[in-house]
Amino acid sequence: MLSYIGKRLLQLIPVLLGMTFIVFMIIRAIPGNPAQIILGQQATKESVEALTIKLGLDNPWYVQYFKYLGDLFKGDLGESMRTRAPVTDEIWPYLAATFELALFAIVIAVIIGINAGIISAWFQNSWFDYTAMILALVGVSMPIFWLGLMGQWVFAVENPWLPTGGREEVRDPVNAITNLYVIDTIIQGRFDQLWQVFRHLILPGLALATIPMAIIARMTRSSMLEVMRSDYIRTARAKGQKMFWVVYKHALKNAIIPVLTIIGLQMGMLLGGAILTETIFAWPGVGRYIYDAIGFRDYPVIQSSILIVALFFVMINLLVDLLYSLIDPRIKYD
Amino acid sequence: MRKKKLGLLVLMLLLVLSTALAACGSDAGDGKKEEGKKEGTKTEDGKNVQDTLVFGRGGDSTSLDPSRVTEGESFKVTVNLYETLLNFGEQDTTITPGLATEWEPSEDGLTYTFKLREGVKFHDGTDFNADAVVKNFERWANGDAEKFPYYNSMFGGFKGDEGHVIESVTADGENTVLIKLTRSQAPFLKNIAMSMFAIASPTAFELGDDQFERKPVGTGPFQFVEWKPNETITIEKFDDYWDEGLPKLQKIIFRSIPDNSARLNALMAGDIELADGINPSDGKSIEDNEKLQLFERPSMNVGYLGLTVTRPPFDKKEVRQAINYAIDKQSIVDSFFEGRADVAKNPMPPSISGYNDDVEGYEYNPEKAKELLKSVGLEDGFEMELWAMPVPRPYMPDGKKVAEVIQKNLADIGITAKIVSHEWATYLELASKGDADAFMLGWTGDNGDADNFLYVLLDEDNIGSNNYTYYKNDELHDILIAAQTEVDEEKRNELYKKAQVIIHEDAPWVPLAHSTPLLGGAKNLSGFLPHPTGSDLLSKVEFK
Repeated sequence: MLSYIGKRLLQLIPVLLGMTFIVFMIIRAIPGNPAQIILGQQATKESVEALTIKLGLDNPWYVQYFKYLGDLFKGDLGESMRTRAPVTDEIWPYLAATFELALFAIVIAVIIGINAGIISAWFQNSWFDYTAMILALVGVSMPIFWLGLMGQWVFAVENPWLPTGGREEVRDPVNAITNLYVIDTIIQGRFDQLWQVFRHLILPGLALATIPMAIIARMTRSSMLEVMRSDYIRTARAKGQKMFWVVYKHALKNAIIPVLTIIGLQMGMLLGGAILTETIFAWPGVGRYIYDAIGFRDYPVIQSSILIVALFFVMINLLVDLLYSLIDPRIKYD
Repeated sequence: MRKKKLGLLVLMLLLVLSTALAACGSDAGDGKKEEGKKEGTKTEDGKNVQDTLVFGRGGDSTSLDPSRVTEGESFKVTVNLYETLLNFGEQDTTITPGLATEWEPSEDGLTYTFKLREGVKFHDGTDFNADAVVKNFERWANGDAEKFPYYNSMFGGFKGDEGHVIESVTADGENTVLIKLTRSQAPFLKNIAMSMFAIASPTAFELGDDQFERKPVGTGPFQFVEWKPNETITIEKFDDYWDEGLPKLQKIIFRSIPDNSARLNALMAGDIELADGINPSDGKSIEDNEKLQLFERPSMNVGYLGLTVTRPPFDKKEVRQAINYAIDKQSIVDSFFEGRADVAKNPMPPSISGYNDDVEGYEYNPEKAKELLKSVGLEDGFEMELWAMPVPRPYMPDGKKVAEVIQKNLADIGITAKIVSHEWATYLELASKGDADAFMLGWTGDNGDADNFLYVLLDEDNIGSNNYTYYKNDELHDILIAAQTEVDEEKRNELYKKAQVIIHEDAPWVPLAHSTPLLGGAKNLSGFLPHPTGSDLLSKVEFK
């Protein structure tokens, strides 16, 4: 097991290296000079040139690339060209905000999605099955922008139950320690604030959960249908086992593996930040951070934050692979 | 057994559906909504006083050291934290006293004497005096363009540079500062009043620039509390502020809400009490809402269609004039600015001194346009690219739709325009290289001076930076340079009026509109005066 993990981690190195290279080349291929953008429209040609040199952007690309790699190996993610703050310092609050929201969304998506999928498979071709699958189709194809704005309109403007956006009640701000506000408020014993933080999570969390929820439901259903037809299920039912246990214990265990893969991929995707959800709900997440950085051609920020997000993505997939063997003892990594 | 479970499910689903429907079903009427929670303190008579303002805006600040940035979102906050030697008027760009109570230019216009306000303290307790002013100017003059970009463009460089306008800044006693110039600069006082030249506490910035931009210390009515990036910036009342009775609010929270519709939702839900960047199409719904009020920011901008004069056939004046005649500006203003804009005829707005109202704008006249095209042998029209702005700006709320109107107008005179759009940074980069035939762009004035429009946008010195059309006219250049050093206001205005006539005749632009940016606020908000520069001083704002 350990040697397997080690091997997988080693495999990550070329993957991530390749990624740094691709990202590096792509962002330099698009037009737009960071120096011009930093200095604004008022800037003179000379000052733009001077800053270009100062930022090292006049060097050939390979010089820039290897310098970046060198810094990376020293653990230096670089400094934002725009705010002049180290990316390492800057990115954490954004990552934490995204992580909190993504986790909340994936939990909703998993609970509702898996159960909807199971019940649909259990009562295949029933009205529940049809409704759930139509809803799932709608869910996958729903424009998040519209859904988010409608959610705000219905649950915040017309009925003032929930806040329109943001992470916290700004008039009573959370004292950030870890930047995961759920944890911060619990550490400080501020349960009133925890409630506020929770209220702020609901709308963006639901909006973000829609697509994964629909995908998970559909995957669970098809996977369950396959397993439900197998011999051991028939045997279990013939033995007189209660249907509920047959479905949730015997069938689910075999059906969950492909679903788990999908969950892993979706979680990885959510951790990359969801620009639309973050924009509509004014969520200070990593998606908007990267998006803004692209607008400003803030090369170090784009490179480093995409690298970190990619790292999360592959780590979660590794975790999912390891979970397989936990769920299905037939899968062994030796 | 199976049936029982199904029945249960039906029940559950019905419950869920009915709650959802009930929520959707509530009608769109206003007023039934209960007030959002507001933090307040009780006064002696037990009345609840609302003293915290949440101001929703599109983006976050880049830095809280105004001298180091160029974008407006930063100044929106810093104008409340710092003060400048001179101020702009409440809603215009006339010069009024700031940290300096009196100012006097010498006979030759080369030395300015500033008498400073006494008894002013920085938020960290440091005294404000002549020495502090000198240190601020020294800090800027010893910097470079990356550090202090605006200083570079407004004062012509840094210490030792040939173009540097400021020769020396010296203290004369505790409360007098002398600024000596190398050559006279007509908009000098207006430059001094710009938010980026705010006087900061020397004790604070001497600790290091990078630390200072996150922990700003000025003399303004509010002091810095907290900054949560991309989320909120919180500032609170400075108790030792020199102007007694101000500021009226206890606390202001600037919140970034990037999406315009979401920001409007937040305003209607009572999550914020002031919102900028209101779409012109939403203005009406705010006016109709009894809990909200609409604010209009006095216009100091221009939206235009630039014609790159180096690209044929736009190198011909007649073609550029024809396009000016072809475009129906009035209907663009009516449809996309909801009438909240004036049709432009000059490259600068009427509020700016030196505006030439005698210039007669090109009226909408497709026939005349066709004639002009015929006169240069282009009666069969031609094909061109029309670049549409990809982002909304106050001077151009919906670039793509305006482009479609222009496309139609051009088709009427036989020109086939293909609409092109790039991502914003790419757009600016390519346009500044002269890659566009015709492109939409705009400008919001920095200091309300004609030079800030005409010279910056249309002089040959600025080709490659802000003169995107590559327009070059030697006569115009001489006039604009002369105007820069002409201190006599009347003579200077004459020069600018002449300049506008030349520009009108050469027609490198189709000036489209001077728009009025909109803001929305809670009905009980009072004392809010939006400033044309976009940086609003909030010291007199309060809740009634």
